[in-house]
Amino acid sequence: MIGQMFEGVPARALACGALLLAALLAAPYVVNDYLLTVLIIILYYAYTGQAWNIMMGFAGQLSLGHALYVGLGAYTAAAFYVHFGISPWIGILAAIPIAIAGGAIIGFLAFRFRVGGVYFAILTIAFAEFARVGFDHFNWVGGSSGFFLPVANYAVSDLWNLRGKPMMFYYLILAMTVLAFVICRLLLTSRIGYFWLAIREDEEAARAIGIDTFRYKMYAVILSAGMTSLAGIFFAFFYNNLFPEQVFHISRSIELILAPIIGGVGTLFGPILGAFLLTGLSETMHAILYGFGIDIPGVKQVFYGLCLLFVVIVLPHGVWPWVARVLGIKERRS
Amino acid sequence: MSALLSVQNVTKRFRGLLAVDNVSLDVAEGEIFAVIGPNGAGKTTLFNVIAGVYRPDQGQVAFAGHRLDGKTPDQVCRAGVGRTFQIVRPFPALSVEDNVVVGALLRHRGLRDAREWAHKILRRLDLFDKRHQPASELTLPDRKRLEVARAIATEPKLLLLDEVMAGLRPTETDRMVAALRRLNQEHGVTILLIEHVMRAVMALASRVMVLHHGAAIAQGRPDEVVRDPAVVQSYLGAEAVG
Repeated sequence: MIGQMFEGVPARALACGALLLAALLAAPYVVNDYLLTVLIIILYYAYTGQAWNIMMGFAGQLSLGHALYVGLGAYTAAAFYVHFGISPWIGILAAIPIAIAGGAIIGFLAFRFRVGGVYFAILTIAFAEFARVGFDHFNWVGGSSGFFLPVANYAVSDLWNLRGKPMMFYYLILAMTVLAFVICRLLLTSRIGYFWLAIREDEEAARAIGIDTFRYKMYAVILSAGMTSLAGIFFAFFYNNLFPEQVFHISRSIELILAPIIGGVGTLFGPILGAFLLTGLSETMHAILYGFGIDIPGVKQVFYGLCLLFVVIVLPHGVWPWVARVLGIKERRS
Repeated sequence: MSALLSVQNVTKRFRGLLAVDNVSLDVAEGEIFAVIGPNGAGKTTLFNVIAGVYRPDQGQVAFAGHRLDGKTPDQVCRAGVGRTFQIVRPFPALSVEDNVVVGALLRHRGLRDAREWAHKILRRLDLFDKRHQPASELTLPDRKRLEVARAIATEPKLLLLDEVMAGLRPTETDRMVAALRRLNQEHGVTILLIEHVMRAVMALASRVMVLHHGAAIAQGRPDEVVRDPAVVQSYLGAEAVG
């Protein structure tokens, strides 16, 4: 397993990775609270981007409804905590199966009835919208007026109940991001990863060499949904409030996929780089504008749009493949 | 003669069009069998029925004693039937090696095993030196050989080849013929091929079937078939005999 993790990775890439990890581990002791929050958001997008990438980047199935899995995870764990006082670590055991069930239903409908491409994407949007409308009327978790987790001023962090200071959340999301990266790397260098790539490249040819494409596409959806629901739990306990209109909204689904698209769809490091670029640059821009006393609503969205435009035109495979070339690291283009 | 593949009275219609009309054929183990015929004769449709892409309206397909019709393409492949596509379909963004590795992973679960097996096949088809190139950068002859390599990687007992010679120059055709003959003689792969290139058919096939308007109009040894008046009339043209 460990051998598989590092096989064929150039020393330079390992050094860069180790350096980045060290910097991220040390960051909370160096940066202020504001920057720590920015880093948390970056890692959150890196994590969700990695999870989304399994479906799109590896198996070639475009989901534009990943907010569904974030929301299901968030609401499930939050409801268990608020109503029954059950720790989110236990809540995971319900949140993951529920999100997986959601993904499995979408996957089953789409793949059984040969709904592909754009139509599959529309189906994923539709289910996220169903959930949004449904949760608006789901009063047990607050309905449209929102669902709130109890907040206090915490002197010590309570990891078991995920109550505490940003630093705890930072290390939690960092651990999740690292784990997601490791999982994706292991997947890509195994049988299932190769089968996914084959399906992405040409589904009919994949079937002709014996790949049960239905089954492997289901694996991709299930894994992606399950991983994304963990981000939802993090989201709920970090922000402490959930509104269906925000959590399940399509703009959330779009935000989730920007990092891997900017960084490089189907690459391992793309989602991480993309998250740093997008959030990092937009926060920098926000700070500069704020410094000049300018506050324009919607400027972040315009900025995202411009970034996307730039990448699509200049670096259609994403920024990471280009950066990797410059650094002299060659990630197998997969 | 024990038939490895047995096609019995297969008929396939597309709405009003009778694409394959009551065709039967038997391919013996270790044989090279060719299906020829003019464009639109139903050759590829017959192939797709065998490969599980289409379900026959009537008739049966049996492979090594088991029913094949009604199975999906991936099940057919797992049963031991490899195929190529008339219009080649490599996985473009993957390297030549990875294209073959994906096929090899069907029966070699470990990546290391699969890669070793893939290397053997790449050598066999003269693609080893190009293994690190993306498949999208290959020339057509190389792509055709990659298509064959990927199919062989799944270790089929029977290989269905859909016009692998089309678009190749004579020297390349001879190279492919040599590779296929080696595959057949040294590795015992039974081959069913659709082919337009008579040079290849004559060199390879032990038996030939001629399809015309979906129906089999002749079947037999290649030298017999090319002299058959009905075949000359419908397909080869008078000058081909001379």
